[in-house]
Amino acid sequence: MNAINEDPEHQKIEALLPWYAAGTLSRRDANRVEQALASDRELARQYDLVREELVETIHLNERLGAPSARAMERLFAAINAEEARAPRQGRWFNLGSRIFEFLSSLTPRTLARSAIAAAVAVLVQAAVIASVVVKEQGSPSEPRLASAPSEGSYAVVRFVPQTTADDMTNFLRAYKATVVEGPLKGQLYRIRLSETRLPKEEVGKIIRQMQSESNVVGFVAATE
Amino acid sequence: MQSTPDEVLIRRIANGDRVAMQVLYARYHVRVFRFVVRLIRDEATAEDVISEVFLDVWRQAGRFEARSTVSTWLLAIARFKAISALRRRRDEGLDEEAVAAIEDLSNNPATALEKKDKSAMLRKCLAGLSAEHREIIDLVYYHEKSVEEAAEIVGIPQNTVKTRMFYARKRLAELLKSEGIERGWP
Repeated sequence: MNAINEDPEHQKIEALLPWYAAGTLSRRDANRVEQALASDRELARQYDLVREELVETIHLNERLGAPSARAMERLFAAINAEEARAPRQGRWFNLGSRIFEFLSSLTPRTLARSAIAAAVAVLVQAAVIASVVVKEQGSPSEPRLASAPSEGSYAVVRFVPQTTADDMTNFLRAYKATVVEGPLKGQLYRIRLSETRLPKEEVGKIIRQMQSESNVVGFVAATE
Repeated sequence: MQSTPDEVLIRRIANGDRVAMQVLYARYHVRVFRFVVRLIRDEATAEDVISEVFLDVWRQAGRFEARSTVSTWLLAIARFKAISALRRRRDEGLDEEAVAAIEDLSNNPATALEKKDKSAMLRKCLAGLSAEHREIIDLVYYHEKSVEEAAEIVGIPQNTVKTRMFYARKRLAELLKSEGIERGWP
């Protein structure tokens, strides 16, 4: 058995060998290891052992096979059951989100903010209009689409200019809210908090929670 | 052809896109399954666990913040689920080490033959490591996780990841030595 090299730098480099062999080191650390390997024979021998271990670990794992189709069947049966119990809301909003992402990817954020906000406003409006049309056509498989019904509990909200589409989507999802109208005057959106009429106190509680998210919304108030 | 980035799939899943869910499943289910099998050493339970892992992805996709890669996120969920499954199994009296003992290849008729084959012996000793050591070896060598990613999956500091890897390799060398293979290290 060889004596263990007590040099701290050698030990540091030695500890990195497994990641060097797997190709998961930063360029800087990889350079350090390469330089050490070129001048340290004991380290180079160590590296050979690490490579053996890596190869056999891959062989061992590859021999484990794959799960049967049962796992996937179970998964999608569970998903179907969940969706049957509680269909997800706000899927239509994804269109606005995707187009927002697309626009963001094309334009420098600082320059495009106002243009994107205007574009999204138009798109959201278009989505609302489209959703009303779809609803009128009675598509049974899609989630309910907003058409500003009179039942339920509502609020008006203005998002802060810096809000991204993801922020808006996540905000609405967190409160299980959907946009039913907008943009209205003053860049306000009318959102539905619940399909049933909630007690006044509960609406007030939700509004206060929303108001605390000042990084996303600039204004929130209950409405009919 | 360029495949859809994982992060885009996750966003689509968050919006209820089942096709995106199937693509993500196809992309990762084998690796996640193998990670879990190596931890809990039971294929039937591992299949149950991966169903649970991907169901969690379906439920939590909206909360994915892309601070880590999707594969790291998946393995972290898988690890949590696997440990829960192990606990349940222990509660039911199926101790992991008992299972490990059953799988110990030292009494296998093929052992004598395998001893002549260094690669096979190395695999046998890799399989004989503790769950903690198997996990870190697999994450680094097979799942190609960086120090930072392994730390995130296992929930330990980065220096501990390096130390654990060192001791896993040291233990591997000891097991090989006990089988008559001297590697000259440590």
